[in-house]
Amino acid sequence: MGDKQAKSENICSRLCCTKIENFGVSFGGAKIFDNVNVHIHCGELTAIIGKNGAGKSTLLKAILGEVKHSGELKYMDEKGAHTGHPCVGYVPQYLNFDVGTPTSVLDLFNSCLTQVPSWLCCSQKMRNRVIEDLKIVKAEHLVDRRLGALSGGELQRVLLALALDPIPDLLLLDEPVSGIDQNGLELFYDMVSELRRKNDLSIILVSHDFDLVCRYADRVILLDGTVICNGTPEEVFNDEKTRKIFKSILPIAARNKEKSGNGECSC
Amino acid sequence: MLMLDGWYALVDFMLPFPWAAHTFMKNAFLAIILVMPLFGLLGTMVVNNRMAFFSDSLGHGAFTGIALGTLLGLVEPLAAIVLFSVVFAGIITFIKHRSTASSDTIIGVFSSFAIALGLIIMSRSGSFAKYSSYLIGDLLSISQEDIFMILAVFLVIICLWVFIFNRILIVSINPSLAASRGIDTLMSEMLFSAALAIVVSISIQWVGLLIINSMLVLPAAAARNVSNNVRQYHLFSIFIALLSGIAGLIMSYYWNTATGATIVLFASGLFFLTFTLRHRFLS
Repeated sequence: MGDKQAKSENICSRLCCTKIENFGVSFGGAKIFDNVNVHIHCGELTAIIGKNGAGKSTLLKAILGEVKHSGELKYMDEKGAHTGHPCVGYVPQYLNFDVGTPTSVLDLFNSCLTQVPSWLCCSQKMRNRVIEDLKIVKAEHLVDRRLGALSGGELQRVLLALALDPIPDLLLLDEPVSGIDQNGLELFYDMVSELRRKNDLSIILVSHDFDLVCRYADRVILLDGTVICNGTPEEVFNDEKTRKIFKSILPIAARNKEKSGNGECSC
Repeated sequence: MLMLDGWYALVDFMLPFPWAAHTFMKNAFLAIILVMPLFGLLGTMVVNNRMAFFSDSLGHGAFTGIALGTLLGLVEPLAAIVLFSVVFAGIITFIKHRSTASSDTIIGVFSSFAIALGLIIMSRSGSFAKYSSYLIGDLLSISQEDIFMILAVFLVIICLWVFIFNRILIVSINPSLAASRGIDTLMSEMLFSAALAIVVSISIQWVGLLIINSMLVLPAAAARNVSNNVRQYHLFSIFIALLSGIAGLIMSYYWNTATGATIVLFASGLFFLTFTLRHRFLS
């Protein structure tokens, strides 16, 4: 592990990257996690897995600056120069509104992107910008829809489009636990993968679906109070510590590999 | 005072009806035109954020503010009410933000504390009956000085709403999303609750503690039934608030009833009307 860390430090001199250094969060004396070090290159998708309560969502909140944390978040450009806090895009797991909320997709975008109050007016220019944003995720027909009238999959795509304007240095995805069918999820990840290639996005994904993680992630981090395991999906899913924590719910591909010796998990 | 003379002349000219002939009615009419839109405006986010219980507790806070103001012998009771309510709202919002306990519980604790403190101070000074008008409100109590105060509050709240609305909308939808957009969630919530506290405390003396919360909740709740976006929501909410305010004022004159209660009666009627029409409007 130590060698690997040192190696990635060197690689960073060629690519832009995001570094999470010594992150720790505790609430009123209770430690959620500490000593978390993550190094993400641009264009890489890093998945964070862990049990419920392992601190995955809290880690995202710490990266967003919503909860107080120790340690530092650094963003370096291609030349390795420290350029300060990265521009972070966030796709939340859920939205805290009730279905009756009279807020349209356009209102949501307008409130996030401008200072012009949504209750006054929305310029044609803004509307066009939102439609352009939504086209990226094939959701331009939803611009005037109420948030409460969207399906789980539609809502997630809309939130992705929102997180991509402006194009972030770091994209955080909190995967919904429920409300989206398997097809919807795959469509979503295909979309994310393509965007990643096009824009060299660094992505941190909190996921519960190990098969999807295995298919789409470049790197997997197992979190449980600190980083337990860090490597390619193959390495992490075949690690003794991962097996101990998750026992039976490892990805089918990884389990097959264990049995037959050549699974499909070619990450 | 010159401005008010102009207003009196305008009302005499435009509305030559018996109810508009009295100066106190002209004052009340102007107060309603200024305050009801604020209720409509702020109510939109009170209903969106499910803060009805919070705004209810602000009424209790204002009630205690009255008691404290009298106890300290302040010459400007209204200023004391506003100050106490803003501090009260700020403390609740801060503790709600910091604590993991359910916000209902925290608000309940503070609300009970405030009302108990208010009642103790009032009963101790032995003049409890003097305050009972605050329970149902007293329209005659609006003075010319109050009108200027209301006008100032009107302008401040409108400016504040232009400034913070987008932020509190995002915070209400998802706090983490707001954080990713660089929004200070605590600050936005503080400003919003301070705005609520100010509007509640300047209105409590003529609306009354018992129904002040309905003023905030009903217009927005009625508007929600027929709105598809934020703009319609605000438009309908303000319109319903103004309509029920003016209708309530006029009818309370003829029926000889409490004005606040009459306004709420009209607002409730409008809620049921929009509720039955909701399927025609919602897409």
